[in-house]
Amino acid sequence: MFSNPDLQKLLFGRLTLDAVPLHEPILLITFAMVGLGGVAVLGALTYFRLWGPLWRDWFTSVDHKKIGIMYIVLALVMLLRGFADALMMRAQQAMAFGPNEGYLPPHHYDQIFTAHGVIMIFFVAMPLVTGLMNFVVPLQIGARDVAFPFLNNFSFWMTVSGAVTVMASLFVGEFARTGWLAYPPLSGPAMSPGVGVDYYIWALQIAGIGTLLSGINLIATIVKMRAPGMTMMKMPVFTWTALCTNILIVAAFPILTAVLALLSLDRYVGTHFFSNDLGGNPMMYVNLVWIWGHPEVYILILPAFGVFSEIVSTFSSKRLFGYASMVYATVVITILSYLVWLHHFFTMGSGSSVNSFFGITTMIISIPTGAKIFNWLFTMYKGRIRFEVPMLWTVGFMVTFVIGGMTGVLLAVPPADFVLHNSLFLIAHFHNVIIGGVLFGMLAGITYWFPKAFGFKLDDFWGKVSFWFWLTGFWVAFMPLYVLGLMGVTRRVQHFDDPSLQIWFIIAAFGAVLILCGIASFAITLVVSVLRREQLRDTTGDPWGGRTLEWATSSPPPDYNFAFTPVIHDHDAWWDMKKRGYARPMQGFQAIHMPKSTAAGIILGVLSIVFAFAMIWYIWWLAAFSFAAIAVVAIGHTFNYNRDFYIPADEVVRTEGQRTALLAERV
Amino acid sequence: MSAASKAGHVERGHVDHGHGHGHGHADAGSHGSFKDYMTGFVLSVILTAIPFILVMGNILGNDRITGIVIMGFAVAQIVVHMIYFLHMNTKSEGGWTILALIFTLTLVIITLAGSLWVMYHLNTNMMPQHMHMG
Repeated sequence: MFSNPDLQKLLFGRLTLDAVPLHEPILLITFAMVGLGGVAVLGALTYFRLWGPLWRDWFTSVDHKKIGIMYIVLALVMLLRGFADALMMRAQQAMAFGPNEGYLPPHHYDQIFTAHGVIMIFFVAMPLVTGLMNFVVPLQIGARDVAFPFLNNFSFWMTVSGAVTVMASLFVGEFARTGWLAYPPLSGPAMSPGVGVDYYIWALQIAGIGTLLSGINLIATIVKMRAPGMTMMKMPVFTWTALCTNILIVAAFPILTAVLALLSLDRYVGTHFFSNDLGGNPMMYVNLVWIWGHPEVYILILPAFGVFSEIVSTFSSKRLFGYASMVYATVVITILSYLVWLHHFFTMGSGSSVNSFFGITTMIISIPTGAKIFNWLFTMYKGRIRFEVPMLWTVGFMVTFVIGGMTGVLLAVPPADFVLHNSLFLIAHFHNVIIGGVLFGMLAGITYWFPKAFGFKLDDFWGKVSFWFWLTGFWVAFMPLYVLGLMGVTRRVQHFDDPSLQIWFIIAAFGAVLILCGIASFAITLVVSVLRREQLRDTTGDPWGGRTLEWATSSPPPDYNFAFTPVIHDHDAWWDMKKRGYARPMQGFQAIHMPKSTAAGIILGVLSIVFAFAMIWYIWWLAAFSFAAIAVVAIGHTFNYNRDFYIPADEVVRTEGQRTALLAERV
Repeated sequence: MSAASKAGHVERGHVDHGHGHGHGHADAGSHGSFKDYMTGFVLSVILTAIPFILVMGNILGNDRITGIVIMGFAVAQIVVHMIYFLHMNTKSEGGWTILALIFTLTLVIITLAGSLWVMYHLNTNMMPQHMHMG
């Protein structure tokens, strides 16, 4: 490009045209697909003149409901990427036996399983959880927004920036080939000199800022902004699990940030925190990363437990069995989740005392979890159960998750773990709890709260089709992995020699195709529901016979959520209000004080992408420039005093009047 | 519910943003007085000066003991900062601050003690006999 190599290095760091992987046919096809899809989407946005509304009403919005929805859209988009990786792995493993090398060379296969893990945990599961909490929690506690509305928007855009950084690695350079937690020394400068691990580090660091800030935000919201009368023990269970999850986030994510910062020091300035010499110790990385990593598992699963609690009691038309025990179980899990991290590396060489301590704590954690399962079962007992789609997900979860939990307790036995460590049995176990627990929970939650968010229910038939494909697909895809794991097959293998194993991988690949049908049916559900929205319309705001406060307002809720802050007397506040013959207030409306939209969040997000890209490719001038720009924009935003406005009383009267008319029409 | 009491709830300012709106000023007295700040300042200067003197004068004559004593002063320093500069006490924010502090301390202790325990085990079990920890 330049005749002077020094000048090129100064301007572009280690970025050259060779970094664009044009020599890989699979990637070329991906480029073409992404290019065509991108042009189609951008074209459609321009044709339908949606740029303005998108910018004004969504990207710059500080409304917790819209930010929650955007988080979930991000997660669903990233789910497609992560699932494409999964299909590629299943296809490779189903064919790569004996003389057949499959279609993925090892260096590509390694990137794919790393990207699959990173994307599914950080950019699918986390945004689903955060998005659902963002949307639901303020409504459930009768608040008008989260405690720090701008911070919420900023957190979202930082998460998007992390996702964009991961996606960029597909097109420029490469992604890490280290596995989703990037253990050194493999991820150190000597073994991974390329940009892959740097993409990994910066994507997670940027997204981590978003996650941490949204955790702080939601804790402040739940602690300080509950409607009058809602004591801690009257909070809905989902809000309780959200509180515990966010406490875990705030306590655990700084550890990940610190570990990755130390790893970047090793990679960028030549320190030896995690190398094998000069006093470094790679095992310290494993130790620290799992002190974050195990609570992370509970960060994901606790909100799913909350979703199931809400759904079980709503669709059984009963108060949740054992509310107090549910809360205590959640709190106990929160604390115990910090005492089990070593079970991820029993085989690392700790003595029997250490291993048995962590084995026992791990088994203990299954007690509060089991208590929750029984609480849900007893809630259903003698209930008037309606098997709507959210309830199907819940029952599917209970059956699936119990199996995953039991294989987890098996793995908690250190001697058994010495046999099963790093095998496909482990892979089957954690997919069993993450798909059967977190993903089923989030899909149940999306189906359950969809009418609240958009004003119409999701189509029942396609929802059921999606559920059954997901459930059978999961079982067909992962049960063979349990078998293979018991036979000693290890994870992250690109090619096999023993032909007797092949049949199991083919069955697993077939299961993945069933899951693909499940994802496709979910997409069809969305399309069909939008087309049939007039038939599916929810005019009442309470389509399921709900029990918690979010069903007290209209669907979708007005910008201000509640014209009057409700007063709470009992848990299941809305059920209690309905029982007391609650009448909607018709007059006395006042102007409502609201936060104003701002573009600062998205600008900071874009600048963060530039900064990450510059750091990854050693383009130091650009890194300095973008970092300075981030500081200037962030400080500049603090001088923006034009942050709030009042929704005039007239408009509140008009909005509430429309709702009154809608409710009357139905009767 | 009367219209007046409803109006009362609207006034509660649930959307907290911008300048000076809705910040919880319920905890009167949680902002320190001049005397508090001076006490904190003097205490932290003393707690900083003593470790300096200990190191520069080599008063205790033993590096290990000096190190441990300095750590003790560091912990005292943290407590002084929390009480006099962060205005923490058992009652502020309805007990939430002290609860958060206890939770944080528990986790820090678990993390530090656990890591030391685990890494000690690894060193004794996994290091070849002829190697010593630097």
